[in-house]
Amino acid sequence: MSRTITIEPITRIEGHGKITLMLNDSGTVDNALFQVTQFRGFEKLSEGRRFREMPSLMARVCGICPVAHLIAGAKACDNILAVKVPETGALIRQAINLGQIVQSHALSFFYLSVPDLVMGFDANPMERNILGVLKKNPQMASDGIRLRKFGQTIIEMLAGRRVHPAAIIAGGVSDPCSQEVRDKILSDIPEMLRIVQRNLDWYKQALSQSGTSSLRVSKFVDEIRSFANMKSLFMGLVNDEGELDFYDGKIRFVDSSRKIVADKLEPADYQNYIAEHVEKWTYLKFPYYKPMGYPKGMYRVGPLARLNVIDRCGTPQADLELSEFRGLSSGAVLSSFYYHHARLIEILYSLEKLEQLLSEPAFTGSKTRAIAGPNNLEGVGMAEAPRGTLIHHYKVDEHGVMEWANLIIASGHNNMAMNHGIMQVARQFVKGEKVKEGMLNRVEAVIRAFDPCLSCSTHAAGKMPLKIELTRPDGEVIHTLTQG
Amino acid sequence: MSSSVKIKTLTIDERQVGAREDQTILEVARENGIKIPTLCYLKGLSPYGGCRMCIVEIAGSPKLLPSCMTTVEEGMVVSTNTDRIKKYRKNLLELYFSERNHVCSVCASNGYCELQTMAQKVEMSHVHFPYMYPHLGVDATHERYVLDHNRCIACTRCVRVCDEIEGAHTLDIKDRGIDVRIITDLDHPWGESETCTQCGKCVHVCPTGALIERGKSVGEMSKRKQLLPYLTKMREAHE
Repeated sequence: MSRTITIEPITRIEGHGKITLMLNDSGTVDNALFQVTQFRGFEKLSEGRRFREMPSLMARVCGICPVAHLIAGAKACDNILAVKVPETGALIRQAINLGQIVQSHALSFFYLSVPDLVMGFDANPMERNILGVLKKNPQMASDGIRLRKFGQTIIEMLAGRRVHPAAIIAGGVSDPCSQEVRDKILSDIPEMLRIVQRNLDWYKQALSQSGTSSLRVSKFVDEIRSFANMKSLFMGLVNDEGELDFYDGKIRFVDSSRKIVADKLEPADYQNYIAEHVEKWTYLKFPYYKPMGYPKGMYRVGPLARLNVIDRCGTPQADLELSEFRGLSSGAVLSSFYYHHARLIEILYSLEKLEQLLSEPAFTGSKTRAIAGPNNLEGVGMAEAPRGTLIHHYKVDEHGVMEWANLIIASGHNNMAMNHGIMQVARQFVKGEKVKEGMLNRVEAVIRAFDPCLSCSTHAAGKMPLKIELTRPDGEVIHTLTQG
Repeated sequence: MSSSVKIKTLTIDERQVGAREDQTILEVARENGIKIPTLCYLKGLSPYGGCRMCIVEIAGSPKLLPSCMTTVEEGMVVSTNTDRIKKYRKNLLELYFSERNHVCSVCASNGYCELQTMAQKVEMSHVHFPYMYPHLGVDATHERYVLDHNRCIACTRCVRVCDEIEGAHTLDIKDRGIDVRIITDLDHPWGESETCTQCGKCVHVCPTGALIERGKSVGEMSKRKQLLPYLTKMREAHE
């Protein structure tokens, strides 16, 4: 008998989502939908406000990565002012953004995803959480907490507070950085580098089967094979040297063989190469690469995509790790399971890059902002958020009052890929009459690998315990699983 | 002091105080170090009695009276901070917040706002009235200043300072009650005003983020609170 399985809400992700699996008579998955069920409408409520409020106002979209919104919003405002941000201001913005990448990636990896990797996907859900990790591998849990704290502290020291700092503003940042603060951050970096390296080694060792060091033969081979392991385009910002850049650069698309499809695309022209498709069954839109149309123009963003699009990271240790990462596949690394791996490499890069930026003499300069009034009626700001490329686009009247806004949030770019991903993983693991919790955990875990921030992407928030119901077509509940 | 001015004695919060007969309860209280909160009152401007934060209880009167507008009388017994008054003040503040769109977190005056400070002082944790979310505009047409109706509490400090101190009378109010709005000239955009001298006094007496300087981002608009006392003092010195 055909039936429907609903996983709602999905646990250990940021935001509120729902997965619906439709099973056919033989008990295999016919269709799978990843639905985002809430809506907030930030673009609409920005209308009529002063554009200078926009970075802070739009940052309220998310409490996990408000800095990325502040950066993209402030960059859109820079374009409205038609100014070049002073070097010191740009350096401080970049450092704050890197602090956020570290804290957000640490949250995603250590708090949300490591429980599956340490305890196993089929472990008891009561133990499959950060507290379980603390029992089984206390060093790892404390590493995660330490890294996240370090990232948060950078944001606090450079921008005034950990969540929703107001220091990132149109034209630059409001306050310079003292030498004491710079030195304090620098002094912590060596310890953080050791932590990341230790966990990268653990991750690689945990994945490899006993007796082999090859990551390509892993005990998670089934998960790697089915966690949104598919051909797609990849998108990310790349600087002029072809290196990883979270703050600046131009857009590059590569295909699944890592061949460049489009390069050096201007952020301001995003509407020429990105369009958004709407489906009735979810509030999250489906962005796609415009020249290839929908749904063929599916692309992925975020850590995995960024490492696929760049030529190199641009820092020594991260580049060493990248060369090993490249060995996972002859073309682009396609399995979204490797988002975890990419995330760790990006933490490493962020720490090395922080060290470079903080060592620049201009970092402690006094000129941190450019002063101007609105000189353009439109501005686009693009930056790499932890989860991928973030786009803020504002239009103002001649007095600088907001008339229109469009936000494309990192998790939104991955929507199509996440939908394909759950279909793939559900077909691999969800079979038969009796559906086990571990099967459904894997369906959730593929979403978790993308680390989507649904509160950002639809501007909706909420966390509740997981409830899964298996229902017959007539609505009768035949099986219920709960956790959380 | 003229010899014809009489002295009255009264009790404020169980303290015997003396006052000139033309003084208000608020003035006398402040002279004696008794704190009464205010929003629309500002020393140097004529009292307005609009915000009702300075309400006090007077023995024998069932009504709460604004201390900024009530002159002293012989033998008055005044209480400034009873439970009843505290409750009314808190309710009033909640009404201010519910009436317009005061979103502190993205306001240029965040951290410098008198409304915000007062809400913190009275430990206002929630607004128990439904928010009205009115559709209000921002007049950003002026070269140097911005008027954001969303953050205005209609205290009229700006109107009074423009009229009484600057003498321009660019600012005024239109409509009544909940529909009251600050206007410039005859309800024309501020940027087109022929009377505005661009002095900025209105901005610096505004208790909230309703009037700010252009170019200020979140939490950057501190007001020069000493401007009006300084001007008043210098004028008195020249008279």
